[in-house]
Amino acid sequence: MMAGIILACSIVLLLQFFVSYCRSLIAVSSKQVLSPEVKDVTGIQRTASGDDFKRVMQLLQLCPERPEDKNSVQAIGAYFNLLSFLRSTLARIVPSMRAWAESERGHCAYFAAVALERRISFSRDMLAQQMDA
Amino acid sequence: MPGLVINILDLLTALLQASIVVVSIAKGYSRRYLTINLYLAASTIVLFSRYYILSQHGLLSAEYIYFYYYSDALLTIGLYFTLMGLYATVFEEMKAAQYLRVFTILLLIGTAAFTCAVVQQSGPRMITRYVVEMSQNLYFVGVVLTYVLWGAILKLRETRTRVIQLVLSLGVYFSAFAGNYALRNLYPQMHVVWEFVPPVLGCLLPLSWARAFWSVSEEARLAPSRLMAVPR
Repeated sequence: MMAGIILACSIVLLLQFFVSYCRSLIAVSSKQVLSPEVKDVTGIQRTASGDDFKRVMQLLQLCPERPEDKNSVQAIGAYFNLLSFLRSTLARIVPSMRAWAESERGHCAYFAAVALERRISFSRDMLAQQMDA
Repeated sequence: MPGLVINILDLLTALLQASIVVVSIAKGYSRRYLTINLYLAASTIVLFSRYYILSQHGLLSAEYIYFYYYSDALLTIGLYFTLMGLYATVFEEMKAAQYLRVFTILLLIGTAAFTCAVVQQSGPRMITRYVVEMSQNLYFVGVVLTYVLWGAILKLRETRTRVIQLVLSLGVYFSAFAGNYALRNLYPQMHVVWEFVPPVLGCLLPLSWARAFWSVSEEARLAPSRLMAVPR
């Protein structure tokens, strides 16, 4: 009985902490402006949509990984999947949730684009170091 | 084979934790986040000790299981102090450090008394479900305390991004462990699965803390109201 209550509370609070943590990662990256070349590559001009996410993630996987952002990219990937699940289930019943989930999915895509920007500059720095050596 | 996987995960976690402490000392913010650094240092020592005992006695030995659960309970109490350090950081402008110290001591005494009661009650059956129940309760108290701190962050409009991310990752860690121990308690027959979950979850806290220390500057700020799923 006690274990069941603790399990239920833990799952609810885990979700709440996880969503807030992911939103804090997104909030930090949303302040960064994308460079024109990343905008061209990703097709994101001002605001990103949820449909951009998979494409940007594919581009992200083509770049060498930065150890600092691997963990956060995976967390946002899990958050995006959670939002997609919500959009295709609960959001069908509650229309306002659909708009919220779509907006959040767009923020996830923007986060991925910012991560792509960082990886591109990381690759350039590595290349420059190799050239110097 | 299971012992090898757990060994590798524990070693990677220990190395990451040690590197966070070293970088904190080198960059000069080890005093500001003293409780976090002390916890990470203690956890690194425990992980190396576990590695030694695991390699000497094996995964299913009584030595390893005893050491694992006792050290886990002690590290959880260590995490309470880390949490109290974060409380002190959030409440530092309210000059509430003295009250927090008293609360921390009372919490430690309460936790110790509770743990003693559980151990005395279980007696020779320490390695049975009592120990799992004890860890489950310890982690759940941690979840509740973290949730109260998160509420205080929202109420006091704490804007330091690093502090917010440290608290939220601690909340994820505590609730994931409390849920895992509750599942273990509910389904003890699936112990093979539950053996693997703690080392995997154990990597997450140092990974997210490493990110908070290395990628987020001390000056970074964000509005905590933006982090709520439902705007306040």
